[in-house]
Amino acid sequence: MDLFSIIIVLVYLLATGYLGYQGYRQTKTASDYLVAGRSAHPVVMALSYGATFISTSAIVGFGGVAANFGMGLLWLTFLNIFVGIFLAFTFLGNPTRRMGHHIDAHTFPELLGKRYDSKFLHVFSALIIFFFMPLYATAVIIGGAEFIGPIFRVSYDTGLYIFALIVAAYVIAGGLKGVMLTDALQGAIMLVGMIVLLFVTYGMLGGMVPAHEALTAMKDQVPKFVQVIGHRGWTEMPPFGWSAPGTPMPQAVGYHLWWIMVSTIVMGVGIGVLAQPQLIVRFMTVKSRQALNRAMVMGGIFIFFMTGVAFIVGSLSNVYFAQKEKIACQIINENVLMDPGVDGKGKLTLVPEDAAPEVVQRAKTFVSYRLPSEGEDAPTRYVLRTPAMVVTRGEGSADIVEPHLVAVMRTVTLGTTMQGNTDTIIPRFVNSAMPHWFSVVFLLTLLSAAMSTLSSQFHTIGTALGRDVFEEVTQKRHTDKSVTVTRLGICVGLIVAVVAGKVIRGNIIALATAIFFGLCAASFLPTFVGGLFWRRMNKAAATTSMLVGFCTSTFWLAFVNGKTAAGLGLCKFIFGKDHIVPPTWSVTWTVVDPLIVALPLSILAAVLVALLTKPMEKEHLDWVFGGAAPKAK
Amino acid sequence: MLFGIQDPWVWSAYLLCILSTLLCVVYGLINWNKGDEAVKPEDVQWAKEEKEEVEETM
Repeated sequence: MDLFSIIIVLVYLLATGYLGYQGYRQTKTASDYLVAGRSAHPVVMALSYGATFISTSAIVGFGGVAANFGMGLLWLTFLNIFVGIFLAFTFLGNPTRRMGHHIDAHTFPELLGKRYDSKFLHVFSALIIFFFMPLYATAVIIGGAEFIGPIFRVSYDTGLYIFALIVAAYVIAGGLKGVMLTDALQGAIMLVGMIVLLFVTYGMLGGMVPAHEALTAMKDQVPKFVQVIGHRGWTEMPPFGWSAPGTPMPQAVGYHLWWIMVSTIVMGVGIGVLAQPQLIVRFMTVKSRQALNRAMVMGGIFIFFMTGVAFIVGSLSNVYFAQKEKIACQIINENVLMDPGVDGKGKLTLVPEDAAPEVVQRAKTFVSYRLPSEGEDAPTRYVLRTPAMVVTRGEGSADIVEPHLVAVMRTVTLGTTMQGNTDTIIPRFVNSAMPHWFSVVFLLTLLSAAMSTLSSQFHTIGTALGRDVFEEVTQKRHTDKSVTVTRLGICVGLIVAVVAGKVIRGNIIALATAIFFGLCAASFLPTFVGGLFWRRMNKAAATTSMLVGFCTSTFWLAFVNGKTAAGLGLCKFIFGKDHIVPPTWSVTWTVVDPLIVALPLSILAAVLVALLTKPMEKEHLDWVFGGAAPKAK
Repeated sequence: MLFGIQDPWVWSAYLLCILSTLLCVVYGLINWNKGDEAVKPEDVQWAKEEKEEVEETM
């Protein structure tokens, strides 16, 4: 990294720290506005909310998935805007704020616990958050680390530690306070970064329509491993259907992509956002419905330019990589052999000189190279060699390699499988296609996206352990011990996220985020929404709904969904196979997201139990819906 | 075909992204001055407690 980049990053970090300090001195957190009976500026509020909503996971992780699966992912952007902003602000924001203030709830589990007068709901929902939210934080941290590695020219692990250090310093130095101006500055940087990214990408590819047409024309270049699961091109939705039991391979998996894309990515995240604890709590910090109405203007625009741009640019990166990428480098070896394992699905390893003939035969050829600015101790880079590759040896100047690979194949390297690592596509695209100054701006965009989201995540994780579990179990409020437990919760969350980020790297950001969002939706959504709007919804209904949603989701993740069950290994350990879907059933079951089954079941459980059991006491209900507190409270 | 994309399932998603953004903008502008509420003592109390708790954690 050059001096200019380091200075820009330092100036940004100092500005963030200064605003946080000013915010502390002049007391400008969301709570301060409320204490003063005022509302933050709507643009500041919208940017602040948006910066918490959107993280590196959305930009790097889901942008990479769009590069692999195509522009159909824009359905998620539509849900992000329509459900995550319009419906959430219009219908959920104000009732949440009113109820939260009236019953004096400061965390999402506390809101549920007090609404239903249930210690179990309070503690159980906090435990779900404490144990599963680090998964989402891991996704956000990986998203930052994947970008820092290439830009600092350091390994992924070093990038991970640098990133974790910056985040930890930010959280400790004031990130937790959620100073509105700091969040808004981060939101503004994200907005500028993503707008520039969109226009530069369209400009580079000849404009919007030519760029889309060029992408459509590449449909014959879709890699085989996604073609078999239904990929028909980056501007086409995969076919929808359900494989009949006993259908032979590969036809049996022909509808997999639709289910992965729609049930996990689009529905899981698009609906799950309504049940995100850290976003729900933010509704409590606004002054009135008017503040939400005003913030909606900027909120909609902001989300469009975040996930919308990430998915459009992610998809279009295929055109760049396949047609325009030229790597000016120093070639080390034009014929490096890497072994993908016996079944061709293993992690690529270098083939030793004395390897057996069958290993050499199945090996893939790569070109190894070094960038001109890199020293001999820098990690060697590899690019897959195909017949389409053009290599021009420089006479005294740099060699030029034109890989002509689609985005995901461009990420195939030592240590990945032949399916590459989609999490590295956006960082690679920005570093390779954009001017260097923009890479630095984009680094700030990602730092902003990660810091604002992570600080609210760690706050939520910490309070889940300190305020919701410890205080509720010990029945002691606001003690030094509970503060210590909250801090401990934050530290544990951060450490777990960093360790997990080191262990589970590769095609994981979007999956981890989707798992957490889906789990929240199935566990919390009926209890939360029912609690806000339906007086009949009682403790028994809420408890049953949460247990059904949570248990169904975790069971499905551990034993039915092929990818997560194989990854967790519990099913293999108990039953000796990757999933428990019987061979006489359709194999499509293994790609149905838990949400599709768990959310309807938890809604059904909530409605049935509520109707079959007695409503809660009128006195309690009157209180939670705005009346006077019962005498016992 | 719209925006150079042939599949209606994809261009309609692109279009809906733009329309839903416009919906947010128009709805927000139309209701810009609606829904103001006086701050109640319970709102102030809530905000004070929230601030205290965050500062304690820091």
